[in-house]
Amino acid sequence: MSGAWQRDGYEAVIGLEIHVQLATASKMFCGCPNRYGDEPNTNVCMVCLAHPGALPVANAEAVRQSARVGLALGCRIPDASEFSRKQYFYPDSPKAYQISQYDQPLCAEGSFHVPGEGAFTVRITRAHLEEDAAKMIHAGGDAGRIQGSAGSVVDFNRAGTPLLEIVTEPDIRSPEQARRFLTLLRATVVAIGASDCDMEKGSLRADANVSIRPIGSEEYGTKTELKNMNSFRFLERGIEAELERQLALVRAGEAVRQETLHFDPATGGLTSLRSKEEAHDYRYFPEPDLLPVTQDQDGLAALAGQLPELPVARFARLTGIGLPEATALLLATEPELAAYFDDLAARIGDPKVAANWVLGELQAHLNADGLTADASPVTPERLAGLVALVVDGTINQTSAKEVFQALVEDTAATAAAVVEERDLGQVGGADELGAIVDEVLAAHPEEVEAFRGGREQVIGFLVGQCMKASGGRADAKALQGLLRERLSA
Amino acid sequence: MAIDVIGLTAERAAAMLRGGECTAEELAQAYLDRIAAVDGEIHSYLHVDAERTRADARAQDAAGGDPLAGVPIAYKDLLSTRGVPTTAGSRILEGFVPIEDADVVRWGNEAGLVSLGKTNLDEFAMGSSTEHSAYGPTRNPWDPARVPGGSSGGSAAVVAAGCAPWALGTDTGGSIRQPAAFCGLVGLMPTYGSVSRFGVVAFACSLEQVGPMALTVRDAALLQQVIARDTDRDATCTGPRAPIEVPEPGRLDGVTFGVPRAELEEGVEEGVRARFDESLRIAEALGARLVDVELPHARHGLAAYYVIAPAEASANLSRFDGVRYGLRVDAPDVRAMYEATRDAGFGAEVKRRIMIGTYALSAGYHDAYYVQAQRVRTLIRRDFDAAFGDVDAILLPTAPTVAFPIGARLDDPLAMYANDIFTLPVNLAGIPALSVPNGLSEGLPTGLQIIGPAHSENLLLRLGAAFEAEHGFDPVPPAMRRAS
Repeated sequence: MSGAWQRDGYEAVIGLEIHVQLATASKMFCGCPNRYGDEPNTNVCMVCLAHPGALPVANAEAVRQSARVGLALGCRIPDASEFSRKQYFYPDSPKAYQISQYDQPLCAEGSFHVPGEGAFTVRITRAHLEEDAAKMIHAGGDAGRIQGSAGSVVDFNRAGTPLLEIVTEPDIRSPEQARRFLTLLRATVVAIGASDCDMEKGSLRADANVSIRPIGSEEYGTKTELKNMNSFRFLERGIEAELERQLALVRAGEAVRQETLHFDPATGGLTSLRSKEEAHDYRYFPEPDLLPVTQDQDGLAALAGQLPELPVARFARLTGIGLPEATALLLATEPELAAYFDDLAARIGDPKVAANWVLGELQAHLNADGLTADASPVTPERLAGLVALVVDGTINQTSAKEVFQALVEDTAATAAAVVEERDLGQVGGADELGAIVDEVLAAHPEEVEAFRGGREQVIGFLVGQCMKASGGRADAKALQGLLRERLSA
Repeated sequence: MAIDVIGLTAERAAAMLRGGECTAEELAQAYLDRIAAVDGEIHSYLHVDAERTRADARAQDAAGGDPLAGVPIAYKDLLSTRGVPTTAGSRILEGFVPIEDADVVRWGNEAGLVSLGKTNLDEFAMGSSTEHSAYGPTRNPWDPARVPGGSSGGSAAVVAAGCAPWALGTDTGGSIRQPAAFCGLVGLMPTYGSVSRFGVVAFACSLEQVGPMALTVRDAALLQQVIARDTDRDATCTGPRAPIEVPEPGRLDGVTFGVPRAELEEGVEEGVRARFDESLRIAEALGARLVDVELPHARHGLAAYYVIAPAEASANLSRFDGVRYGLRVDAPDVRAMYEATRDAGFGAEVKRRIMIGTYALSAGYHDAYYVQAQRVRTLIRRDFDAAFGDVDAILLPTAPTVAFPIGARLDDPLAMYANDIFTLPVNLAGIPALSVPNGLSEGLPTGLQIIGPAHSENLLLRLGAAFEAEHGFDPVPPAMRRAS
């Protein structure tokens, strides 16, 4: 497999555990709003505060969204699944047990293909539905962490947020593959609309199980678990750092210890959170307050049929219409950008030109202004108007950039109006261009001489001079044609 | 007007209110006076707020109309009551005030019932004598030296002592039926899932139901009508399958009772056995047929119960951690705070069951205990299913003994647990059972337990009414009559 991490006869074996907060209106087991960023402890009730006598009632929409994600990951959705209690004491767990799923998850045995150069497939072990914990804030600690903090407070707004945990088989062979897999998985979940998957807000979180083994070995080495890497870059760097650490241990003849580690992106260091001996006994047992979740296979088939176009399918479609793989992959993993592209391509009828605009001017503007494509003032309709003026030769590329900027700044303007108003129309007539060319050639006899002597690159300089004389409005290609014509005459 | 509340049924109280013989406030005051007179000795209430009760009663006098409006009631202190302290009989919830009513309390309020207060219980309903209350034991109105049974001993005692016309209890392994039997009352444990558990402080979720404790079968039916409802706040509750009917006593022609004679061979007191045999003769005299049935796995019910119930309890009680409400004992770090809080807040019996349950669910023991107990549970359920293929209902004594002296079993948990031998299997099977007074043994009440298939409440109430009429039992303890 290409893109694999291999050093000194060892290879990387990586599995991911991904937590996705589902974007349902209410929490997993109560009617409280499921909303990020509200005043602490305002979206709470008897159930998510675990008052005595409170009972959970499963959120049907969360079950439905989880099934949709499972279907997109090629999972089998069993007829029945079961909630279980996972027990541990900590202030972020109000009941001191998390309602999760144990041996009967909602989604089982899937497979997820990551296309493009060095394509690979990752088997999905399971995806199960559970509730998120409350948020602990360690006052006075370093960056909110518990080390050195004077005291802790708890915000229960997050307690009970629907959480889908997706567990992969250890099929990933490099930090880069881990990033690529997670990127495409995120795009898939976002495309489905099940979550916004915002790593900064914590609605997408990933843990990695990491080990190394001699290349060719069928057995797994001792694995460590890396917790909560909160960006794609940190995920890649954290795994890289851990692989290097394990390799150094093995080279030194030492054993890798099974433990849970925290990656500190600031220092690149790894600190141990707990060893295997300190691991919890969660004392799982079936949740007696909830009935098993039953699925109707006909209903699931209908649900599968209603899924939107998924990134993997979009990648295939875009490469199919002639886009380069890198371009197709970029669009496939950015749902808003892809929707914008589809709209624009349909309007102008040329996918390559549309892709150039979307990944060029549009993306630069989105990055600069911190916007997603669906929020850009330059709608596909307005941009199509601009592209049409370039295609029919009314304006050149240089002017087009200026018009684009005008469209960003004045949301009421149309491309045609801007061109008209600023007199950006291309100096296009053969007579007009011919006059400019003649003028420039007359003014630069030395360069003319050089060209004729074989220094063809001088043509660039001459084109530039002509362009300058036209006020930047000439078609560069036409200019070059005319120049060559005159010089070879 | 002086109202004699001793032996006053809820049905009669409702008739007095509807007929204008008294106001709800006068009736409530009569009970408050009775409580003031005798509850110092019985100690059946943990919380009484006379002002609030009178205000609620006045509100019912003003609104009036509904058939039961203005009838007083007492709630086991395991049921959440909004704005009113709810302790579950535990120090760890001392001073805790719920923010919502339990569904059953809400429906009681909707029906116009007026709460007299919260009744004593074994801590978190773990016990069969009410001696495990952190707030002291309740005494049996038939003999203050004896226990009222448990865990709904407070609810039984208030009704027997004339301190409420009826009460709600909860039953996890016999906690309604056994105290009803010990105090000469009617107690119904409904089909699992027919009454909402929302707001019931959880002990063992898969076993417990709320049910009525009353002076008559008809009262029990009337109260069951109020509480047996569908809800969207308890995923395991779908309400009753058919509306609950208030029965008339009648003959038992065409009814077949099963009698599991093998279960009666050991450990049943002579007097209790004699009363039970007498009820079998009554059944036959009323036209019923008796057949022997076998419940071959029922004898393992006790062992299975004492794995499953503590396992669930060990998780249910983990939320009492001192973080959000209730008792907190401060300590240098959070783990030490948990330990200090839970050590100070829980009584010995609760700690024992948390330890049993934690052990039973631990890695390495889970299959041998928890999974095995669930298998036994399935077998017991099948035993009952098979029996109900042949019979309409099964008869057993409610408890193998009469009320025992306070303190007699406190040091012997197994003897205490054994008192629920006839009631526990019913909870494991999730089916309903009714306990009706079955005459006295040595001056103390005994109970007849009538067990039926799921959703057979109407049948059980009809059968219970027939036995009740034949027995002509007077539910007022002689000592209470004298005290009035």
